[in-house]
Amino acid sequence: MAQATLQGQEQHGNVADTNTGISNRKMLMWVFLASDCLFFGSFIATYLVYRNESLVGPYPNEILDIPVTSISTFVLLMSSLAMVLALNYAQKDRAGLARFWILAVAALGLVFLGFQVVEFTTFVDEGLTIHQNLFGTTFFILTGFHGLHVFVGVLWLLGMAFAHFKGALTSRSAEDLEMAGLYWHFVDIVWIVIFTVIYLIGFSDGEGIETIEHAATIIGG
Amino acid sequence: MTTIAFPTLISRPTSYTGLWSWIGTVDHKRIGTLYGVTAFLYFLVGGIEALIIRGQLAQAESDLVSPEIFNQLFTMHGTTMVFLVVMPMSAAFFNWMVPLMIGARDVAFPRLNAFSYWTFLFGSIFLNLSFFLGGAPDAGWFGYANLTGITYSPGDGVTFWALGLTILGVASLAASFNFVVTILNMRAPGMSLMKMPVFVWMALVTSVLMALAMPIIAVALIQLTLDRVWDTNFFNPAAGGDPVLWQHLFWLFGHPEVYILILPAMGIISEVLPVFSRKPLFGYPAVVFAGAVIGFMGWFVWSHHMFTVGLGPAANSAFAISTMLIAVPTGVKIFNWIATTWGGRLQLNSAMLFSLGFIAMFIVGGLSGVSHASPPTDAQQQDTYYIVAHFHYVLFGGAILGLFAGGFYWWPKMTGKRLGEKLGKWQFWLMLVGFNLTFGPMHWLGMNGMPRRIATYADGLGWEMSNAISSAGALLLALSVLLFIINFIRTTSSRQEPEDDPWDARTLEWSIPSPPPAYNFARIPQVKSLDDFWYTKHPELLHDERGEEAAASAPAEEDTHGGGSIHLPGMSYYPFIVSIGVVIGVAGFMDVLVELPGTNIQFPWLSAVGIVIGMFGLIGWTFEPVSEEGGH
Repeated sequence: MAQATLQGQEQHGNVADTNTGISNRKMLMWVFLASDCLFFGSFIATYLVYRNESLVGPYPNEILDIPVTSISTFVLLMSSLAMVLALNYAQKDRAGLARFWILAVAALGLVFLGFQVVEFTTFVDEGLTIHQNLFGTTFFILTGFHGLHVFVGVLWLLGMAFAHFKGALTSRSAEDLEMAGLYWHFVDIVWIVIFTVIYLIGFSDGEGIETIEHAATIIGG
Repeated sequence: MTTIAFPTLISRPTSYTGLWSWIGTVDHKRIGTLYGVTAFLYFLVGGIEALIIRGQLAQAESDLVSPEIFNQLFTMHGTTMVFLVVMPMSAAFFNWMVPLMIGARDVAFPRLNAFSYWTFLFGSIFLNLSFFLGGAPDAGWFGYANLTGITYSPGDGVTFWALGLTILGVASLAASFNFVVTILNMRAPGMSLMKMPVFVWMALVTSVLMALAMPIIAVALIQLTLDRVWDTNFFNPAAGGDPVLWQHLFWLFGHPEVYILILPAMGIISEVLPVFSRKPLFGYPAVVFAGAVIGFMGWFVWSHHMFTVGLGPAANSAFAISTMLIAVPTGVKIFNWIATTWGGRLQLNSAMLFSLGFIAMFIVGGLSGVSHASPPTDAQQQDTYYIVAHFHYVLFGGAILGLFAGGFYWWPKMTGKRLGEKLGKWQFWLMLVGFNLTFGPMHWLGMNGMPRRIATYADGLGWEMSNAISSAGALLLALSVLLFIINFIRTTSSRQEPEDDPWDARTLEWSIPSPPPAYNFARIPQVKSLDDFWYTKHPELLHDERGEEAAASAPAEEDTHGGGSIHLPGMSYYPFIVSIGVVIGVAGFMDVLVELPGTNIQFPWLSAVGIVIGMFGLIGWTFEPVSEEGGH
């Protein structure tokens, strides 16, 4: 009997066999995520170093659309909720509901990516490219790599939904889904940091906060 | 419970001999051998590069090679020795010994392990292809921006360098994840963390460092590549970009990297010294703790590579202090090694000599290192041959001697044959003398003001004698390596009765036959103490009630698991295929971009080909059962 398995998973190393009680592949995922923290951390650090350093426009406060991106951020956060539900149903052996919620996660991820495509296109039309200035370079590459992570996650989830089509989405294979979930939640958390750093803090960029009162006027209006 | 059988895309290799069995292997021992052989070949390549450099510098105003070639040589010498020799040679020992020392039958992810090796191999070939495709990288092994920008390095060399190192980074990351999981999860019953051999501890610290440091260099390399091929502004001062950012990213990776290079060798000699001193390692917890502290503090010293950049007195002071502090755990290790040999019955064979050589040379390199922990002193030494002397004392006198110690020590386990002692000792003494002749005079050269990376120098500066001695020493080093090759050939063709435990050693790898069977352990060992195998052999040496108990009764034989029925992972071609996909995918960012119709996007079409190959391999990998026998 051939057991369908996911990437990176090896069948020996069941929970009971390991020293830590964490299965090998779950620990692999945790170590990968730790590593990925440094990956995004380096790009985010680069973005922060180059904040307010662009020599020419468009500047962040001229171009960022916080309401629209708030919606896509909300969509991505909701996808994490769907992920939790999917895992919950898989663990309870309710394969149909699990598959439904996996597809919901993937769909919400695609909606987020759609927002990103629209945003990128708009920015390019308004003159912001990766060549234009430091903001363009750091913005597109950081959010682009995040988008790539979301895209890989969507492919992974779709693969799970279809590879386990014949009812294998059950408590026995729930760990497959849990791994995808760990990845998905991580990508989501990274977005919260990016949203804060680029959009929320970035909104005041270019205005040069000089006094507390000035900061208050920016926040207030 | 239904599962679906996916069609087999490529059937797995079945024969355990021949070329295809190596391409499809997932056995950690065979992968370790592949790593070792490849790294040694690159050691010869890097060595030849060094010999040409020394030939050029042997006398003033020499024109053996052009300045352009000279730049390529020192860049590739450094890059090769760091990424293609010391790291993969350490990986060879990790692969061979970590599972054996923790009593496991393989690493946690055998196919991922094969993927690491193939990706490393293809990445290294890709990097070296640059020699034949328009010139090798020539901007130094740390590739400072904006010298690496398209304006100042218009050729393909730097792109080869950035993409090649990115591929090697993928390989290192995969390997580091694998070893962290293997060491944390697959230890034999009873082997708690503080009962692990020091080498395994150092493998763990090194793997954690790699997992966390490689992404940083990956980001820097991605930024550099994008600057070069997509005209972004990361390191472009004309657009406000700051070349110092490269230095921070590079050294934030680069200093942990220094410990990635040296900790495995420290682990090796921590195994060798006790065995040939006939004593337990002195202060095992202190050695382990010092290694872990080095791994932690290694993150807080990177700016000592940048003292002359002008970061300001506050930053310089902070990094000077942290740099001086990190000498403390290193010193703890050195005192523990010395105390291990103190009063021991020393067996001065080759492995022991290389280990003692490590201690002596590493102390010299460590002391010169502490001397430039002080910013004002460093300002005098920056970019001079004094620095070259320092890091060769730690990386050659340290890492390379340590790796040779490991080679001599574990050769009987890996092959069933001992390397020749006489040639080994000749090699050691020649290497030690040649090494000090080569790099010792560089201290004086540096203090006399000879800068690094100059292709030639004027007559009459007082540098001639030191340079001539240094080049002569390099010839001795070459001769010593030649002796090793002769020793290797003679040992391989000799007939020897394999011994399981020729050194009367302490750790689990010596409890099984030499060379080990594919399944390693017929019976998974039960570990009760540090150096468990030693106390199994010599229970009377355990000074507690358990020792007396053990001495009174022979160890109970548990049910032996015959080799035939042990469940081993099956061979697979998919890691090889995914590696090809990764390399082609990354190489697609070379000069092969096409403009997408209707846009101005430069599209790396070759990367798309690589992604398709990689996806094919991944899908096959995913649905291939781990072993042919199938179910659990």
